[in-house]
Amino acid sequence: MSNPAIITQGLGRDFDDNHAVIDVDLEVATGEIYGFLGPNGAGKSTMVRMLCTLLAPSSGMAMVADYDVVRNPGAVRLRIGAALQSAALDPMQSGREILLLQGRLYGLSRAATSERIETLATLIDLGEALDDRIKTYSGGMKRRLDLAASLIHTPKVLFLDEPTTGLDPVSRNRIWEEVRRLNDEGMTIFLTTQYLEEADVLSDRVGIISSGRIVAEDSPDTLKRRYGSDVIVAQTPGQEDDAVAALRNLPGVERVERHSDDVMVVTPNASKLLSPVALALQDAGITVANLAMRTPTLDDVFLELTGGRLRPGADE
Amino acid sequence: MTASMVEPKAAGFFHDLLSVAGRALRSIPREPEVLAPALFIPVFFYFINVGALENVAKASGVSDYRAFQLPVAIIFAVTGLSRASALVLDIQDGYLDRLLMTPIKRATLLLGLMVADFVLVFAVEVPVIGLGYLLGVRFETGILGIFVFLLMGAFWGLAFTGFPYAIALKTGNPAAVNASFILFFPFAFMTTSFLPEESLSGWLATVAKLNPVTYLLEGMRSVITGWDTSMLLPGIASIAGVMIVSFSLALLTLRGRLRRGA
Repeated sequence: MSNPAIITQGLGRDFDDNHAVIDVDLEVATGEIYGFLGPNGAGKSTMVRMLCTLLAPSSGMAMVADYDVVRNPGAVRLRIGAALQSAALDPMQSGREILLLQGRLYGLSRAATSERIETLATLIDLGEALDDRIKTYSGGMKRRLDLAASLIHTPKVLFLDEPTTGLDPVSRNRIWEEVRRLNDEGMTIFLTTQYLEEADVLSDRVGIISSGRIVAEDSPDTLKRRYGSDVIVAQTPGQEDDAVAALRNLPGVERVERHSDDVMVVTPNASKLLSPVALALQDAGITVANLAMRTPTLDDVFLELTGGRLRPGADE
Repeated sequence: MTASMVEPKAAGFFHDLLSVAGRALRSIPREPEVLAPALFIPVFFYFINVGALENVAKASGVSDYRAFQLPVAIIFAVTGLSRASALVLDIQDGYLDRLLMTPIKRATLLLGLMVADFVLVFAVEVPVIGLGYLLGVRFETGILGIFVFLLMGAFWGLAFTGFPYAIALKTGNPAAVNASFILFFPFAFMTTSFLPEESLSGWLATVAKLNPVTYLLEGMRSVITGWDTSMLLPGIASIAGVMIVSFSLALLTLRGRLRRGA
């Protein structure tokens, strides 16, 4: 059995008086897709930067691909690839020039790099734009090129820091397919994302970080079972506050929340409570436009553990 | 080629140096707005200085003021010319992080840019010296003298780049890098730019004696009129002194940034 791809023990990082990451113990198995979730400022990017050797830890240790990130960062760098939060590219170069330079810096021959570029061309899907300056690229094109740049040397561990932020659904699906394909080939993937659906669909396990500490870690399904509750969603246009008041004290209700136009009833058993909710709303004279129930999502887990919801588009 | 056939490895210092320099050199012709002032300013001042001061200088004992001013035009052309602004953009865009995640030798991130700077300043010198030729400046030392003259200017330009790089790495701020041009003024004007040392008086004469550019200009002027090691060697030493100071500063600042990891 191979060693874990990533191990951290007591890993911490301080910025003056700000404890960005505190005492994090983490173990990511080789070949695993590990989803890393957290609200803004929780320490996700700091964690990724430490594991990518860009930032020295203040305390603890971290091993990536069998090498210590502090004692042997050079060996770590040969084995990792990373697409960080914003596409890290030089706008004055062409896409091909960026990839060729990446290949040179990893000691690949020009022929080998060119072959890798051809292989990655399917993912990049830039067509003739590959030879255009990057300053002419759209945000999606930059993200795809950034991912290709992180893969030119076929890393063992790939760090993806919000890889699909700003992408259209088609491009996002293409990245997801590529992530799955890379993982099928044995690549370990450490994925931070603002999209809970992305973590849910792709990750074997999910770690949730809040205020610099890991507060939960398991498979998405287990987390949903452990922390999530069923939810009944009622739409009562113009009467949301009345609906909240009518449902708040209903037996079997954990809590009632208003989210925009939705009234959300959190309960351990939605199917059992659906009829009582409908009756209570009717008795209160509230017109119900729609009433539906759903099983817990990672968003519910996230809310339960951190007290907030993820807002895609906001930077850490 | 399958992914498993790719074996990444550290490419080595010189390989990395050439890779970084190659990228920087590719960028230079793509940003003509950077080159234009570097060519315009020295040509402008060369014409102005010669036109305004040639007769005054003759009265002060300078027989060939056009030759006297040529090193000044070169210094104006090459001082402060660097890729420091591009380095700031790399920091801001995150591209420096991408490079730092590769096995690249850290010092080559800076030295590679400096190699490109050296090529650039050498290229900028050529039209300036061509202008001097058109205005009648002739080198008594021949082709070798012209080459040494160009090398001295290029090495001075290179020596000075350490300062803007240090500021770029310390601040990551393009405005601060642009402001580093201010350093140019005491170096370039509190010296024998306009008149020979004998004509300077008071505090300016004292400061000029301490300014390495004084010895650089005298060294470069001596190459035009004939080989004189007593003038040439102090000029070369002044370049070396500034280079040691500025490169040390830049490399220490690079190390500090890498330690901070920011």
